[in-house]
Amino acid sequence: MPFKMVVLIKQVPDTKNITAKAMNDDGTVNRSALPAIFNPEDLNALEMALAVRDAHGGRVTVVTMGPPSAAAALREALMRGADEVALLSDRAFAVADTLATAYALGCAIRRIGHFDLLFCGRQAIDGDTAQVGPQLAGALDVPQVTYASEILALTPESIRVRRLIEGGYEVVECRLPALLTVVGEANEPRPRRAKRVAQFKRARSPLEVREAIARQLDPEKGKPDPARLAERANPVIADLERQGLLIPVWAPADVAADVARCGAAGSPTKVKNIESIVLVATDHKRVEPTKEAIAALIHELAEEHIFD
Amino acid sequence: MPDRTGGVLVFAEQDGGKLAEVSLELLSKGRELADALDQHLGAILLGSRLTDQPRHLIACGCDVVHVADDPRLAVYTTLPYARIVSDVIAAAKPEVVIFGASPTGRDLAPRVAARLRTGLTADCTNLQIGDHTDPVRKTEYKKLLYQIRPAFGGNIIATIVTPEHRPQMATVREGVMRLPRPDPARHGAIVPVPVKLDGEADAVRIIERVKAERKVNLKGAKVIVAGGAGVGSPEGFELVRELAHTLGGEVGASRAAVDAGFIARDHQVGQTGTTVRPKLYIAAGISGSVQHRAGMAESGQIIAINTDPDAPIFAFAHYGIVGDLFDVIPKMIEAYKSK
Repeated sequence: MPFKMVVLIKQVPDTKNITAKAMNDDGTVNRSALPAIFNPEDLNALEMALAVRDAHGGRVTVVTMGPPSAAAALREALMRGADEVALLSDRAFAVADTLATAYALGCAIRRIGHFDLLFCGRQAIDGDTAQVGPQLAGALDVPQVTYASEILALTPESIRVRRLIEGGYEVVECRLPALLTVVGEANEPRPRRAKRVAQFKRARSPLEVREAIARQLDPEKGKPDPARLAERANPVIADLERQGLLIPVWAPADVAADVARCGAAGSPTKVKNIESIVLVATDHKRVEPTKEAIAALIHELAEEHIFD
Repeated sequence: MPDRTGGVLVFAEQDGGKLAEVSLELLSKGRELADALDQHLGAILLGSRLTDQPRHLIACGCDVVHVADDPRLAVYTTLPYARIVSDVIAAAKPEVVIFGASPTGRDLAPRVAARLRTGLTADCTNLQIGDHTDPVRKTEYKKLLYQIRPAFGGNIIATIVTPEHRPQMATVREGVMRLPRPDPARHGAIVPVPVKLDGEADAVRIIERVKAERKVNLKGAKVIVAGGAGVGSPEGFELVRELAHTLGGEVGASRAAVDAGFIARDHQVGQTGTTVRPKLYIAAGISGSVQHRAGMAESGQIIAINTDPDAPIFAFAHYGIVGDLFDVIPKMIEAYKSK
């Protein structure tokens, strides 16, 4: 019994590995200097879907919303085993909060059509909100199982899942279709297969094809005559499509999305203010790693009643 | 804007009849917000065979407690809870609704926000009432909820507002608000909520539930000895444990140590872990990422042990020991035992 599955992923700045290069002189983080990566727990979500396909058959579609450069994450998904991908990318989608993001993703899933299972990572490392999964389940009116760590059984009607709760776990049985958010503990994502890397490293979105050809035609500004650009780009795009290497890009009209509910316009929350955390050196006492110095430190703390 | 006089509403989370600490913490903050808005503070409590919990919520600062008591609500499941909470919000029309950022709160709140199509900010570390002017349209808003949270791995602190949509919703981290002191003499209203469900209880069935009492009490610990990537292995954490045990403290860990599998996640301190304020925090082999700092910077005294003299942890430690933790910690244990 094959299952139709969609995995929602996000390309994120690597906030876990902030190197000196990504720090501004004033001690704040230069966000644009961070490398873009596949959100770690989204890899676990993808792995869970691929494992279902391996065991039961089916199809895994990977969808992301982001700038044109997010196509890189979709290439990665193809290299790891996804059957097809789609990129939601348009100015109208930009600066979306979690509600507007969930709305747009819901529209994309409706375009894909029937599904049995949706998978998201538990949360993304840039926002750490864990909200888009449940909000997407809400938008599509399907049940959700958050913090999923293992699929224990799967039938065409229902899924049995182990999910992590505070201090333990639950085993729940949930009717299909359903949405799962997957924790990092769930599995070890499979590596990219050499054969698929060779095959899909050439996968491109139409945006990427046009961008590259525009640079060839007009190396200085990248803005050649639109007719010439189309004449050169269209055959390349058609060729990629024939080879199954085209990463489709969807705008609001392609997924029947109401632009008033997308992006900044569709976001109830607004960022009022952002303050960068500044790492300022405080005066700290240097303690030598000797027996005497450490004994003196412990004595000092005891005098201050720290251990009472 | 529609007339909203329903005040501030706190989702009072309970498990097996025991109210979650984070919900009680939210009541002291909620009281403050309600007073700033000059409105009342409500709580919504769902469960089965509830007894004195509503009265305790009133003692902790509530003016009104909405109680849904039904066998189908005995254990938390998303859809029935989301339905009842949404229905109460639709009827009570609160300005502000807050949830604890517990696994349950983070499962429920987004589902409710999606249903009500309103804004929700996750994992706030502070909430305030203040005015706001839209930077583009120059529209002025009075007395909005400032939803303050770290983002971007803890590298920034963002203040979020929900100008046009109601209610304004947020989840709030555990441990960042103080617990209220209950006053049994306080008066308040207990309002029963009719439990109407249309098949919501049929979607998910709980087959098994294994839940241990929280063994790691980082929040209440006076001393925390935390290990990071520098500890190197699960076995290395034995030494961290020994020092914590000697000092009568708890064992903490950085995200790096947890992600590497050296120690269980309930030990994690930091933006995505627990926020702590012990009298003494000893950071061993922790480089001191901003996300870790967000969870422990308010500790009374911070001792950093690291082989790298340039580790960021030294920038906010009170005492810095440049050295190998496997050399330093035994000396600390010895010094404490002979003090």
